[in-house]
Amino acid sequence: MPPVPDSLSTDPAAAPVVLLRDLRFRWAPDRPLVLDLPELRLERGEAVFLRGPSGSGKTTLLGIVGGVLRPEAGRVELLGTDLGELGGAARDRFRADHVGFVFQLFNLLPYLDVVDNVLLPCRFSRRRREAAGPDPRAEALRLLGHLGLGEATARARDVTELSVGQQQRVAVARALIGRPSLVIADEPTSALDADARDAFLALLEQECRRADAALLFVSHDAALAARFDRALDLPALNRAAAEGSVA
Amino acid sequence: MSPLPRLALRSLWNRRFTASLTLASITISVVLLVGVEKIRTEAREGFASTISGTDLVVGARTSPVQLLLASIFRIGDATANVRWESYERIARHPLVAWSVPLALGDSHRGFRVVGTTDGYLEHYRYGRDRRLALAEGAWFTDLFDVVLGAEVAEDLGYGPGTELVLSHGTSAVSILEHDELPFRVSGVLARTGTPVDRAIHVSLEAVEAIHVGWESGVPLPGQELDAPAARERDLTPETVTAFLLGLKSRAAVFQVQQAINGWPEEALLAVLPGVALQQLWRLIGVAEDALLLISAFVVLAGLAGMTTMLLASLSERRRELAILRAVGARPLQLFGLLTAESTALAAGGALAGTVLLYGGLALAAPSLQALLGVRLEVGLPGASELGLLGAVVVGGFLAGTLPAWRAYRLSLADGLTPRS
Repeated sequence: MPPVPDSLSTDPAAAPVVLLRDLRFRWAPDRPLVLDLPELRLERGEAVFLRGPSGSGKTTLLGIVGGVLRPEAGRVELLGTDLGELGGAARDRFRADHVGFVFQLFNLLPYLDVVDNVLLPCRFSRRRREAAGPDPRAEALRLLGHLGLGEATARARDVTELSVGQQQRVAVARALIGRPSLVIADEPTSALDADARDAFLALLEQECRRADAALLFVSHDAALAARFDRALDLPALNRAAAEGSVA
Repeated sequence: MSPLPRLALRSLWNRRFTASLTLASITISVVLLVGVEKIRTEAREGFASTISGTDLVVGARTSPVQLLLASIFRIGDATANVRWESYERIARHPLVAWSVPLALGDSHRGFRVVGTTDGYLEHYRYGRDRRLALAEGAWFTDLFDVVLGAEVAEDLGYGPGTELVLSHGTSAVSILEHDELPFRVSGVLARTGTPVDRAIHVSLEAVEAIHVGWESGVPLPGQELDAPAARERDLTPETVTAFLLGLKSRAAVFQVQQAINGWPEEALLAVLPGVALQQLWRLIGVAEDALLLISAFVVLAGLAGMTTMLLASLSERRRELAILRAVGARPLQLFGLLTAESTALAAGGALAGTVLLYGGLALAAPSLQALLGVRLEVGLPGASELGLLGAVVVGGFLAGTLPAWRAYRLSLADGLTPRS
């Protein structure tokens, strides 16, 4: 891995996708620290596994990286942009432009069909819409096809009729459409059986690479770590966890 | 291009069962609200355009509203009559241009009989100076001719040549028939949209003839006339119920009114139709306002129901809000989503209610005319109705701000993962 200089001074194209430094977070001033991270860094196109048991502050960390939660102290940079300097609306726009999310379950809006679910980020982000090409629907179908969802499934009216594994793959297509720089996956395989999980992981990793998106994959299951460029252990990084103060 | 309106409609469609119940309650409340306003304005319009060109309506002393209702709108009955001599002397007053006597009190199958003269056809005006016209046949010339209003002919299926018997009194079901003197239809008037449509017109002499032998209110055996005897007899009436006056100069109206109101021989009342109508509006204005207020509260109840529905839906929609946040929706956009839903429901209710109301009014116009005497014109919504509809839509937006504010707070607290 090439050494990356401090992103403040450099060309944003070379800046790390995620750079957290001296980050501290608690839910309320009178509550214990949830996160106390000296540093966490994700380079361009890198697939990183972040392990942590439930309650270790994983989801909180993802909220901070997504710009939805604000840390009490420390620096949060995405692609060289300091989120701390952006207002709420600008952070929302930044997230829409650059980050795709895949959650554990119920990723889809029940009242939109498969393709419209995939196209959601394009409706909130002009950058993602433009990056999806002249025909975003064709791009959505192409992504779904890569993820093993044929035309018949992609045109299904009701997303609630899809299997959990299919729903998760639709969520991956949504996270990837419009070529964001970062995909954050929060326990996306925990509802899948072992075969489906392996197939899903392979697809997720392959498609992120193909789209040149960095992947931050968060799970409690250390057995999945082997597939990734790098594995991090959140309890080991998090000084707040070491003090045993995490709720 | 905002994605919100589309998402709001899709989301509502997804919850179409509860949403349609809410829509139905708003629709019903809009029908009520706009219906009250519509009937109010149209009834006023209809009443005001029933009589024009008549300067004074004269009858025995009573309240101006009662005199006007009984003589022109044929609602209720006159309490007393005017002596024929008084009528003749007033009709000859130098400032009076024309006079039309009216003798009321009989009916045929629920339609009122108006005894009058040729002057009625000549001088009665409605709307913007419109005259009565015959659609079929001719105005009465014979003692036993009747001229039907358009509604009477249509309802009963009568036309020129039909024979009929008049009933004593004005109730729809009469046991006292003037069956010794049958009448024949000579003509049918063109439709006017006024109480004229529901009247049966005969000569004053005919009214006199059928009441010979009825002086006590019921027929005395052997004293009634048959047709040949009636033609022989002097049928100059002893009384009339009321009469209409046209003056040579409108400026003289108060002078003539004072002369009649101070009539020495009997207690008379002369009213300006417009003034009496104003009194009528003042009288029923309170009831109208109360109705409008009640309908407004029904709309509020409908909107409150929508607020409740949206608030209740939020707990199951936290996942949805979190997904929208994750794909880039701002909390303010989620606020917009919820208010777009409530505004869409209110606008849908306003639209459906208007369609329902106008359809219903078009269907009910004939029975409303039977009830009110005047025909309601179901035109396009006027400014006052559009104002009310606009208020309903704005109310819908406001009703959505409470759940929208809650969605805003929830999305800020939840971030990307709902915490329960």
